[in-house]
Amino acid sequence: MQNISGIRPGKRMGFAWGPGDILVYETQNKASGPTGSGCAFIHVVRKDEDIYSPILRKLFNESHHIFVGLQTIKDDLPSKSKKPQFVSISRNYRSVIRACMEELQQAVSILLAIELIWNLCEVLFIDAAPAGSLLLHLLDWVRLHKSDVDEKAKGVLQSDSPAEHRDYWDVVLSYVLQGRLEDTRKMLMKQAMLQPAAKSMYKLMDSLLSKMPFYNPGGTQTLTEFDVKWRNWHEEVDRYLKDNSFASNQHLEVICKILLGDEDVLLEHKELLSTWYYFLITRLLYCHPTVKPTELHYYAQSSMMMFLDSGVPEPLDSILLAAFEFDIHQVIKDCSIALNNWWFVAHLTDLLDHCKLLQSHNLHFGSNLREFLLLEYASGLFTHHSLWQCAVDYFDHCPEFGRVYLELQIERVPLDTERKALKVLRICEERQMSEQVRSICKIMAMRAVRNNRLGSALSWSIRAKDAAFATLISERFLQDYCAKGTFSDLDLIDNLGSTMLLSDRLTFLGKYREFHKLYGEKCFSDAAKLLLSLMTAKIAPQSFWMTLLTDALPLLEQKEVSPHLNIGLK
Amino acid sequence: MFVARSIAADHKDLIHDVSYDFHGRRMATCSSDQSVKVWDKSENGEWHCTASWKTHSGSVWRVTWAHPEFGQVLASCSFDRTAAVWEEIVGESNDKQRGLSHWIKRTTLVDSRTSVTDVKFAPKHMGLMLATCSADGVVRIYEAPDVMNLSQWSLQHEISCKLSCSCISWNPSSSRAHPPMFAVGSDDSNVTYGGKVQIYEYNENTRKYSKAETLMTVTDAVHDIAFAPNLGRSFHVLAIATKDVRIFKLVPLRRESTTTGPTKLEVQIVAQFDNHNSQVWRVSWNITSTLLASSGDDGCVRLWKANYMDNWKCTGILKGDGSPLTGSSGQPSAMSTVVGSSIQTSQNALNGMSAGRIAKRASFAPPLRQLTSPKINQSPAYY
Repeated sequence: MQNISGIRPGKRMGFAWGPGDILVYETQNKASGPTGSGCAFIHVVRKDEDIYSPILRKLFNESHHIFVGLQTIKDDLPSKSKKPQFVSISRNYRSVIRACMEELQQAVSILLAIELIWNLCEVLFIDAAPAGSLLLHLLDWVRLHKSDVDEKAKGVLQSDSPAEHRDYWDVVLSYVLQGRLEDTRKMLMKQAMLQPAAKSMYKLMDSLLSKMPFYNPGGTQTLTEFDVKWRNWHEEVDRYLKDNSFASNQHLEVICKILLGDEDVLLEHKELLSTWYYFLITRLLYCHPTVKPTELHYYAQSSMMMFLDSGVPEPLDSILLAAFEFDIHQVIKDCSIALNNWWFVAHLTDLLDHCKLLQSHNLHFGSNLREFLLLEYASGLFTHHSLWQCAVDYFDHCPEFGRVYLELQIERVPLDTERKALKVLRICEERQMSEQVRSICKIMAMRAVRNNRLGSALSWSIRAKDAAFATLISERFLQDYCAKGTFSDLDLIDNLGSTMLLSDRLTFLGKYREFHKLYGEKCFSDAAKLLLSLMTAKIAPQSFWMTLLTDALPLLEQKEVSPHLNIGLK
Repeated sequence: MFVARSIAADHKDLIHDVSYDFHGRRMATCSSDQSVKVWDKSENGEWHCTASWKTHSGSVWRVTWAHPEFGQVLASCSFDRTAAVWEEIVGESNDKQRGLSHWIKRTTLVDSRTSVTDVKFAPKHMGLMLATCSADGVVRIYEAPDVMNLSQWSLQHEISCKLSCSCISWNPSSSRAHPPMFAVGSDDSNVTYGGKVQIYEYNENTRKYSKAETLMTVTDAVHDIAFAPNLGRSFHVLAIATKDVRIFKLVPLRRESTTTGPTKLEVQIVAQFDNHNSQVWRVSWNITSTLLASSGDDGCVRLWKANYMDNWKCTGILKGDGSPLTGSSGQPSAMSTVVGSSIQTSQNALNGMSAGRIAKRASFAPPLRQLTSPKINQSPAYY
């Protein structure tokens, strides 16, 4: 609900739609006469969409290019060669997102969330990593969005005695939680140096950390082989824990338990994990690194429940959970609700649609959803004074309603300057929107006539192919000539060329001017012939005959001319 | 979610109608103070009053713009039983410098014997034509055959609707498949005649308008009526402001080429909203017919949107909060952006799927420590 200051509650409001906004005013039922209560204010209300931020405008512009590029990917290529392209495009979108992030601090958190979601969608839906690679991708995902560890680590390493820094163990544990075992080992080395008595314990930990198997998708090892190796390693770590090898060092023991995927221990470090999805990934890393996509939802749900003991998920949580459940539809829906404008869902849905993911979910409105969102997004752009041009491409790629939406909206673009009008016209002409072309030209012609710019009016009428209006303006020109004895806008009339055939009156105007030119150049014979043809062709308006005859008079005096004229005039 | 600015309108009495021109750069207002004001939007978005003049000798009920193809033309209608057509004259250079323009009356339409309640220009493909409707139940259609001479208007049709008329709307469709059509609403308290909305259609053969349909299910007073823009559909959509908001679908039925008379229309109700819980006074569509706005006696303006499954829901509410405006006109006034519970509950999943998880209206951001998460604007992005 939106409150409007200055309107009394309960007072009936009148309103009017505008381009992207709505006018609201206080009024009453139709009384029979004046009520004496003055009306002070009209309120202009518009949706506070991020579209108006100059930073996001950059996002819209850049993503526009990517969008257009995506539409041109040929459908008939095998999906194997298309996937890298789609991934690449997905990355382009994300790089555009990241580029804008740098500029806009305020909205960064929202963009981070979008990137987080998009990244997860890319991993799960677009790249569609299988078991083995899946966990690695998810690890990357979590690390990308949890970069504060490095900040802390920097602080620790730059101190005089890193191993004694109060954040030291936090950093170590964070590394372990993220599966960054090399970094863990390097850090632990510093502690080991301070505790020579515990040298063998640290050596053991180092060894266990170095031996943890990580799946190599490009390698020769199969997933099953990896699984066996990993279980062996897991059992080995378990043995060392059970025989109290780390019992004397609380920290190392915690690390050991983490390596074993001990959920209770993980949950004790909620602060370091900070989110349930981080907890999820860590859990998977140390319990079930060969997790399959289809198994994700189970782990996701339980992770969320375990982590959020207070229960109520935030919007972001619901969206991510829906993604882990491969419920694309729910992701799109939840994003639509949570975000302020259509940008994110429109572009993501479009990309997912190109990956043929919406259809595979058995939704009979797969591609309609895409179009719906694109239409919403692009319509929102249209009210912006410069972004409307981007919107055009979006409509072009909406096969069902794109054209009619474009027709309706492009007519409403204010034609502030001739340059802008020409821009709009070009777009309409390229798409054979002949009615819109005609209408825009007519509006410009009318405007010119009102301002007595006859030349401009004529040229717009010609472009509109509006014979009736061209006739009208030609009449005006001729009237002007009768009144002043000269023509205005000679350049235009001289260069009409074949366009003068649009209307009889226009043809007459063009030819009449030609007659004047010939006369001025003293080509009396040609001038006379032309004058004669004008009279006989019957395209001269009746009101002009007197003028034509008057024009003929001086020609009669020209000896070479008179025979022709004498014959013609008879 | 919405931002609002205020313009000091300076009318000395109630404003009854506000109308944007085709491009949204100009605005006309009319009032019980008998005047019309025209406003122009400058490049920086500020509205300036460029003309203000007395138009009638009674309250002015409606004001409307002709299509810019016909120039800068306005029509107004009034309690004084007349409608008038106005044209902007390009002024003297010093007028222009002062940002003023001059409007002159081109014609007065005096045929009505009672208050003229609505005036609307016909779609541009019909030429320069307008319709008025009056409290005496007569709809009159006028045409200016010469668009360069706006002082010549002829009364082309006079249609008696038998009920006092309150509002009229032309069907904007320019498709050749659709003959000219308008809908007229009545606020008559007479209960003998059941339906308060009548649809008239032009017949090429008789060259007259004849009634195609009466919406019998609309039995309460109708205050406003609006055809939706036609997106190449074969059917028509009509919104009605009565004791509630109603949206109808009118489907032309195929008929034998030999039958005369207007097209038979199948009437289907698409949506009905009583959220205003009071009389609804205005309904209006946005350009692409994707949003309908309505205002009622509950002091709210509501926005209605259909998802792509054609289910209609409320996506926004504007309401006066009684607080005084802060700052001068043009300054954004303080807004509270609380979304009503009606929107939350209406955010059901598409078409029967379970609601799933309803998002709490909390911050929407990953909890990175160095960043404060901004409050997400709760957007009723119903899709």
